[in-house]
Amino acid sequence: MATATAHHENSNYLNHEKGLWSWLTTLDHKRIGLLYFITVALFFLVGGIFALLIRTELYSVGETIMTAEQYARVMTYHGAVMVFLVIIPGIPAFLGNFFLPIQIGAKDVAFPRLNLLSWYCLLLGAGIALTSLFFGGADTGWTFYTPYSIKHSPAVICMALGVFVAGFSSILTGLNFVVTTHKLRAPGMTMNRIPLFVWALYSTAIIQVLATPVLGITVLLLAAENIFGIGFFDPALGGDPVLFQHFFWFYSHPAVYIMILPAFGVISELITTFARKTIFGYTAIAYSSLAIAAVSFFVWGHHMFVSGQSEFAGIVFSFLTMLVGVPTAIKLFNWMATLYKGSINLSAPMLYALGFMFLFTIGGVTGIFLATIATDVHFHDTYFVVAHFHYVMVGGTLMSIMGGIFYWFPKMFGRLCNDAWARVSFVFIFVGFNVTFFPQFVLGSLGMPRRYFDYLPEFQHLNRISTIGSYLIGIGFIVGLITIIHGLLKGEKSGPNPWGGKTLEWTTASPPPHENFLTTPVVTAGPYEYR
Amino acid sequence: MSFKPLVLLSLLLPGVAGASTFMPPAATVTAGEVDSVYAFLLITSLISFIILIGGMIFFVFKYKRKSATDKTAYITHDHTLEFVWSFIPFLIFMFVFAWGWKIYHDMRHSPEGALEVHVMAKKWDWRFLYKNGKEVTSGLDDKGQKAPATMVVPVGKPVKLIMASEKISAGSTDPMDRPVLHSFFIPAARIKQDVVPGRYTTMWFQLDQPGDYWVFCTEFCGSGHSAMKARISAVPVADFEKWLAAEGTGEMTLADKGRALYSSKACAGCHSADGTRVVGPTFKSAWGASRDIEGGGKATVDENYVRESILNPNAKVAAGYPAGVMPTFAGQLSDDDVKALIEFIKTLK
Ligand code: HEC
Ligand SMILES: [Cu+2]
Repeated sequence: MATATAHHENSNYLNHEKGLWSWLTTLDHKRIGLLYFITVALFFLVGGIFALLIRTELYSVGETIMTAEQYARVMTYHGAVMVFLVIIPGIPAFLGNFFLPIQIGAKDVAFPRLNLLSWYCLLLGAGIALTSLFFGGADTGWTFYTPYSIKHSPAVICMALGVFVAGFSSILTGLNFVVTTHKLRAPGMTMNRIPLFVWALYSTAIIQVLATPVLGITVLLLAAENIFGIGFFDPALGGDPVLFQHFFWFYSHPAVYIMILPAFGVISELITTFARKTIFGYTAIAYSSLAIAAVSFFVWGHHMFVSGQSEFAGIVFSFLTMLVGVPTAIKLFNWMATLYKGSINLSAPMLYALGFMFLFTIGGVTGIFLATIATDVHFHDTYFVVAHFHYVMVGGTLMSIMGGIFYWFPKMFGRLCNDAWARVSFVFIFVGFNVTFFPQFVLGSLGMPRRYFDYLPEFQHLNRISTIGSYLIGIGFIVGLITIIHGLLKGEKSGPNPWGGKTLEWTTASPPPHENFLTTPVVTAGPYEYR
Repeated sequence: MSFKPLVLLSLLLPGVAGASTFMPPAATVTAGEVDSVYAFLLITSLISFIILIGGMIFFVFKYKRKSATDKTAYITHDHTLEFVWSFIPFLIFMFVFAWGWKIYHDMRHSPEGALEVHVMAKKWDWRFLYKNGKEVTSGLDDKGQKAPATMVVPVGKPVKLIMASEKISAGSTDPMDRPVLHSFFIPAARIKQDVVPGRYTTMWFQLDQPGDYWVFCTEFCGSGHSAMKARISAVPVADFEKWLAAEGTGEMTLADKGRALYSSKACAGCHSADGTRVVGPTFKSAWGASRDIEGGGKATVDENYVRESILNPNAKVAAGYPAGVMPTFAGQLSDDDVKALIEFIKTLK
């Protein structure tokens, strides 16, 4: 729509204020979104390098490029960086920050200052966590299981405190999203008209607000035990090591949905736009997100089937976990049904969305193998689990981040990325991903445990395939990065709505003006009115 | 459309139905059962995948954008369809849930009369202790390489493991040398159980095929984690008996060692072995009995109960007996002593 009139055309959020300082003190949700983009991308680079180091070490039996001690650290930092600094903030704090307010027709989030503070919390948390590298590095794995992690080591303390501080970033973002969604919707934007990306972020935000404090307390207890020797988790001091696992997973299981729900939201946007078709089952998708968020609080024990928890607990957790499978299946069927009789455009963002469906389906069905308690006893803590959660987290979340970036890039920067190169990046990432992680299902089934520095000679063949795949993924992301940089500098001008999207962000100029819309939009219909 | 996937399916299914596709050969009855669930899951997953992704690919080609002004159907929902694709997965999930539960129940309950072996995990090695005092540790092979400890078990007989986590060196006072989590995993038996510091955990299996099997540690425990392996050698019963009685057997059985400690550590002053009541409860027929606990609740006298009673006597006080009378023996009895006392109490039927 013609909200961008000629004489405003050159004023947008990017040139509204100038200079580094204006960025570091910005209260504009779009700029904060971009600050998150840059930080998360940097952390992704760091986590990715650790990933490639892991795979390179595992290329051959025995010591390949590092010692077992170094390996334990590389593995820990890969996991911790990717989970806490990349995937958790990835979609909500970057794409969500940028687009949630615009999609509901708001000028900004409800608490812009808290929004900026959240970014500094992430930076500070990351800083503290990475300081641990100067103390010899933490080698506990990203799960910090006690009593192994009780070593009075400054490295573990730094990691724990870093995670604690970064957690506030997540809480503040979640708080902002909940309030923004409730309070700042444009006239006519009823809850039944908000885009599914907003629904997904909203469900995620609830988990962020409710679950993250538990993680905060858990890592504080861990830090206290490391610093003061208070026996919460150490049996020698009367503590209970398994209690830590309960605490940890009480957060970290819902956190899995902090990581994946926003991805679901992105996919709903991509599929509708590129099939140019209204979403099939809006209500089902919206409420299944909420259902997943709710049930996710009661399934943490599925990480502990062999921890020594009671048989009864195991059965209850297995049952509840199965229930999460239903809303997840519903979403996949809805997306597929949306394609039916659509007009499908296979641009790069759509390829990422379809790739997501492919990988996420595999991640999803293998989740049932793990929820089934008898098979989980075999697969638990083997490479099967590693493969499963990479199919979900990387195949799911990272694919949708990439799809989301290429989709919203023209809106964010007013330029288009080269679609052909973006598709090349997809092909490398998609193929590389399957080459890397499919063999890991087989390795896990054969019995290779996770977090293994070395393995039996008969596992070498599959490990080699996996390592080669990881290099393909690396190439894919480099191609993607170059495509993005090229788009920033040389990309074709895009206009307000290059893909023919129907949600509100496509009605404003690209890049959007300082407060998103020149006149507050009035909403009269649902988000996907392709008639 | 429906033709190609069907051909593919018919090619794949027989392979999948071979039950242990991708799995190591199953060596126990339980493993066979796990493999049946696994095969079922594999087939249903494959079918779901073909429906979802096959459907997706089909639609992508069929409804490829033809012009920039394509009109599309405006379909918002369909209650019947939505019900079907929620309910069918739900049924399948409930079915595998129940099936998995049944097998898990069997995994958790060892049959009566299983051969009991104590298993000790430490950074980064396994150690096995049989009731007759025989101990198996890792050693060196002919090439001077570390040879993992090999637990020998009889084929076709249930074996129950009582597992504990230990310090690297038994008497160590180094605060850094603390027992950590490990996990005992036998891929061929499809079974694993965490070894948790400060308590005993148990698991059981019955190997039906003679042979050598791997044991891996599956709970990250430091840089030696992947080197923390053991072997299980399943041999015919007669060979097992011969092996058990042969060289390397301890001077006394665990129960005899326990009996000696019972006298030397003055347990006998407060606990009788013949049923008479002294200061504390008698040990006779104590094993497996259910105790009322002071302040409410019940506890079964099992490995963890006895261990706790010895190391932390006031954690659970047997009803009708004075609290604070029994001294703690933490620090005075080694982990192996506690096991010996447990085995002694077990024998007092
Ligand atoms: C000074 C007396 C005294 C001595 C010595 C003593 N105990 Fe006890 N023990 C008690 C009393 C009293 C109880 C019951 C109250 C309680 O549970 O603390 C008890 C309880 C127990 C129980 C729980 C029994 C049940 O059936 O509930 C076990 C097992 C036990 N003792 C083992 C030992 C062992 C092994 C030793 C020697 C290493 C030992 N005790 C030495 C007094 C003693
Ligand atoms: Cu989980």
